[in-house]
Amino acid sequence: MEDGVIKQLGENLIVPGGVKIIEASGRMVIPGGIDVNTCLQKPYLGTQTVDDFFQGTKAALAGGTTMIIDHVSPQPGASLLQAFEKWHEAADKKSCCDYSFHVDIPHWHEGVKKELEILVQEKGVNSFQVYMAYKDLYQMTDTQLYEAFTFLKELGAVVLVHAENGDLIAQEQSKILGMGITGPEGHVLSRPEELESEAVFRAVTLGNRINCPIYITKVMSKSAADIVAQSRKKGSVVYGEPITASLATDGTHYWSKNWAKAAAFVMSPPLSPDPTTPDHLNTLLACGDLQTVGSSHCGYSTSQKAIGKDNFTLIPEGTNGVEERMSFVWDKAVAVGKMDENQFVAVTSTNAAKIFNLYPRKGRIAVGSDADIVIWDPDKMKTITAKTQQSAVEYNIFEGMECRGGPLVVISQGKIAFEGANLSMQQGAGHFIPRKPFPDYVYQRIKMRNKAMAMHGVSRGMYDGPVYDIPITQKYITPSPSAKTSPTKNQPPPIRNLHQSNFSLSGPQADDNVPRRSGHRIVAPPGGRSNITSLG
Amino acid sequence: MAERKRNWDKEDDLPVYLARPGTTDQVPRQKYGGMFCNVEGAYESKTIDFDALSVGQRSSRAAKAADKKEGSKEGTSPDSERCSPGTEGRSGERQPRDSGIEIKTTGGKEILQNLDDLNSDRLLIKGGRIVNDDQSFYADIYMEDGLIKQLGDNLIVPGGVKTIEANGKMVIPGGIDIHTHFQMPYRGTTTVDDFSQGSKAALAGGTTMIVDHVIPDPGSSLIEAFEQWKQWADEKACCDYSLHVDITHWNDSVKQEVETLLKEKGVNSFQVYMAYKDLYQMSNSELYEVFSFLGEMGGVVQVHAENGEIIAEEQARMLQMGITGPEGHVLSRPEELEAEAVFRAITIASQTSCPLYVTKVMSKSAADIISQARKKGNVVFGEPISASLGTDGTHYWSKNWAKAASFVTSPPLSPDPTTPDYLNTLLASGDLTVTGSAHCTFSVAQKAIGKDDFTQIPEGINGVEERMALIWDKAVVTGKMDENTFVAVTSTNAAKILNLYPRKGRIAVGSDSDLVIWDADAVRTITAKTHNSAAEYNVFEGMEFRGGPLVVICQGKIVLEDGNLHVTSGTGRFIPCSPFPDFAYKRIKARKQLAVLRPVPRGMYDGPVSEFSPMSRGGTPSASARTSPTKQTPPVRNLHHSGFSLAGAPTTEETPIRPAGRRIVVPPGGRSNITSLS
Repeated sequence: MEDGVIKQLGENLIVPGGVKIIEASGRMVIPGGIDVNTCLQKPYLGTQTVDDFFQGTKAALAGGTTMIIDHVSPQPGASLLQAFEKWHEAADKKSCCDYSFHVDIPHWHEGVKKELEILVQEKGVNSFQVYMAYKDLYQMTDTQLYEAFTFLKELGAVVLVHAENGDLIAQEQSKILGMGITGPEGHVLSRPEELESEAVFRAVTLGNRINCPIYITKVMSKSAADIVAQSRKKGSVVYGEPITASLATDGTHYWSKNWAKAAAFVMSPPLSPDPTTPDHLNTLLACGDLQTVGSSHCGYSTSQKAIGKDNFTLIPEGTNGVEERMSFVWDKAVAVGKMDENQFVAVTSTNAAKIFNLYPRKGRIAVGSDADIVIWDPDKMKTITAKTQQSAVEYNIFEGMECRGGPLVVISQGKIAFEGANLSMQQGAGHFIPRKPFPDYVYQRIKMRNKAMAMHGVSRGMYDGPVYDIPITQKYITPSPSAKTSPTKNQPPPIRNLHQSNFSLSGPQADDNVPRRSGHRIVAPPGGRSNITSLG
Repeated sequence: MAERKRNWDKEDDLPVYLARPGTTDQVPRQKYGGMFCNVEGAYESKTIDFDALSVGQRSSRAAKAADKKEGSKEGTSPDSERCSPGTEGRSGERQPRDSGIEIKTTGGKEILQNLDDLNSDRLLIKGGRIVNDDQSFYADIYMEDGLIKQLGDNLIVPGGVKTIEANGKMVIPGGIDIHTHFQMPYRGTTTVDDFSQGSKAALAGGTTMIVDHVIPDPGSSLIEAFEQWKQWADEKACCDYSLHVDITHWNDSVKQEVETLLKEKGVNSFQVYMAYKDLYQMSNSELYEVFSFLGEMGGVVQVHAENGEIIAEEQARMLQMGITGPEGHVLSRPEELEAEAVFRAITIASQTSCPLYVTKVMSKSAADIISQARKKGNVVFGEPISASLGTDGTHYWSKNWAKAASFVTSPPLSPDPTTPDYLNTLLASGDLTVTGSAHCTFSVAQKAIGKDDFTQIPEGINGVEERMALIWDKAVVTGKMDENTFVAVTSTNAAKILNLYPRKGRIAVGSDSDLVIWDADAVRTITAKTHNSAAEYNVFEGMEFRGGPLVVICQGKIVLEDGNLHVTSGTGRFIPCSPFPDFAYKRIKARKQLAVLRPVPRGMYDGPVSEFSPMSRGGTPSASARTSPTKQTPPVRNLHHSGFSLAGAPTTEETPIRPAGRRIVVPPGGRSNITSLS
């Protein structure tokens, strides 16, 4: 490796003198992990996550992750571009590893489209997150989603979806608060996993209609994961991203007697209270139904969480996981035999690089790729605890869990960032990695389908039969109750009606079965119009 | 034809030890107290029916033999002997007549006694095989005053009774079409089938009760609309009817009206729309409110499940692409949108513990979602309609505009030609529960309102007349469904959902005498020329259906015999439905008791709380104020941070500039523990 790039690969390499040599002695050398979902500078009610880009990327490197993709979260009404610049600057100064950005779209209007175009074409952002939750804040209606998806597809971007039904959550929240449940358990009670799977289903449906790739962030429940898996089987271009927390722990902790502990687990969508969830998600990850692993690392301190001590809806949402991500996937999937080491590399790094168009620069050990490499020790045992972690949060949601597998040496940008237990990194060393639109991995199929799915009208002769005359101005007019305007013969004028009702006592009439189309007010269509085919 | 008949005979010739339960040994419930029977149970099981016990004998003969004996035993009524089908029976024993049934009126004296005999409501059906949703058995039925008075083998009936000799044919409860739109106003016009024409068609097809949808205009009163529909129906309907009310908008006054309708007016089912954007469509929040309200009041929520927002977008796209014909209708309403909405509706219903009824299940994927949800335990009912069970959406591409337009309905028929088969299978397996017709007919001239724009085509297809025969043909004849399930899906389940069971939907003592004698082998070709609807196009045109009604009895009167309809407009009664139907609510009630949420009793949190700006949840981020008290650097560092924010987001609605977050508010002590709230 030289200049942060892999120069040669093979046996018996010819290298210049004065090279630092690491003796791997047969250990696994894997591409550095890519954490596709972090929120290292997410503002909340005027506070900000305790893990900033420095703290967060330090933790990432310690866990074997050499690149993060962070979420830029502009506030509704604010400029996306400005938010992007702000995040960019913060990351530039503090980040210790390479990074890139997703931009969240908190609102939708014409101005946003312009900004998106600039972001995609000039700023190197190719993925945008939309929200189906957070009513009256970030949430978009189906119509807006339709427009956003259509637009983003044309730009060649990847659509990230936070999938939860915000309308129903709002209703459930007020119901549960009304019942006097104010603790963190209210969070999970008001966001049952059905609402997650419902939103996933809706997002996939929209994606299918528009023929737009969909990426579901934070797959937290079995049912949501099943929907992703099912729709992939039906051919939808959809990707699912479970996160560290959903792969390693479950939502039973929301009922913990310790408020601070329970609150530490608060995130959206919530962890599922079903303890078999992590296992299920790991299985789907191993078989390829879920593709990437993020951490959704968003660390708030206990005192920040305590903003919501009397009202669970105010608890800032976010869990840790950037540091533990790789180890837990190894421990839960590879060490138990669900997944092989190649698939491990795929889900922790390669797939993410492909989806977000970083491949083969990232996510692969090959000549010309970035020198982001991890030497992995499959047998390293570690007990997770907040005391030894790099993150600044006081509670680690994996506290006390033992986990097998971990990085021995982490090389980021050609430099050794982590060796043994020592972190050596430089604040601000991280580079922004711009990403191009239309990632092949995602868009190749989309492009073919666009061609295949062209729709055609039926060429048929012009309809020249009678047309019922309607009062054009009044669409959906209130029916004047007794005005019987049907043109068919069975509704004689009112006077006659009386007569008829006597009449029918004697049984059926000879002509009852004859549908009479005594035309009444029928307007012949104007002649000479061009045939309907000329439109199609 | 003849061969088939013979097969049928064989089936009935089963030896007694193979016969269904109830043919011989069962004593059906019987109501006594007829004119000539003063001792209850006096004749019960006292007549030994040797014929019924002999192997290989025709059971119709058994019934006849029993009749004869009974007639002679009765003695008091010599006329009953005359009306018992002795003469016909003997010749018909070996070669039943073509129709297989015979209707006899009494002669001589009885005509004098009952001058209005034509309208006499005393009716006896002899030798029919009664098919309910749970079992089939042979018995005679005696009806009076529009009710079934007696049921059993050796009935004691008064003289002067009109007798129908069923000769072993099936006698089923009259069909209930749970979804019709007769006389529906649409943009200043109404559907061509009004209540008279529509219910006539219903009766001709073996349906003796319809449930029509009241569609109030958005913004207008539900009760007024309900009264209006009721008035229309009272004037004209030829069969009993009930009404669903559609909730087209939602606010507090609507809530009041819904309560009134439920409690006083006899409406227990309400339809909401997830489609028709800017017209009927409701938002998720509104749906949630409607569902939870009706869940409490004991109503059944029906949904028109399609994602209206996406449809609106797709429609605009289609029109922009220049697709204006009826094919645009189905292209802009792909079945995924139906499935999506069904899924959403089920989610909302399970959140609000409210039973859900999905009207018009038109596609495989929507039906799949319903059956999956049922497997997960959700209380959800699916209603496929005649059209989705009988035909498919390939016709939208017909070169004939008028034909293509006649198929326009929402959700549209699926272009996948395997759909009808699939839906019939699910119907047979019980994953779909009831069948409607969504009969809503417009003339070609009316459809032509949308000749240049498919979104303007009035939506609706026929099906009320074909419904029963179609299901028989597609499901029973093909061996998917047995006759009991047939009764369940065409009648009984609907009655249960409407809380009319067992008054409707069952042949039992005390039930309404709405009966159909069903001919399993009649073959009929559907065509607009002979159908009873006023529509010019029949979507089933040219299809052959095996099975059909021979005799239809509605309110105790014979309305169809020998292919002739005798109906009277305005004889239909409104049948009020009461809330909390057991079929839907028993499970809901039990679950509600279980699913009580409780908070966790935990000590009060007394740690530090970082300061925040309460007004702006998710509002403007104060760009870089780091307020965490933990592990964070002192304020000096903060200044450094705020230097950042200059380049950051323009925080337009500015939050008050705070001392960057050092102030930690210790919560006031002495507050009661959170447990005290629960």
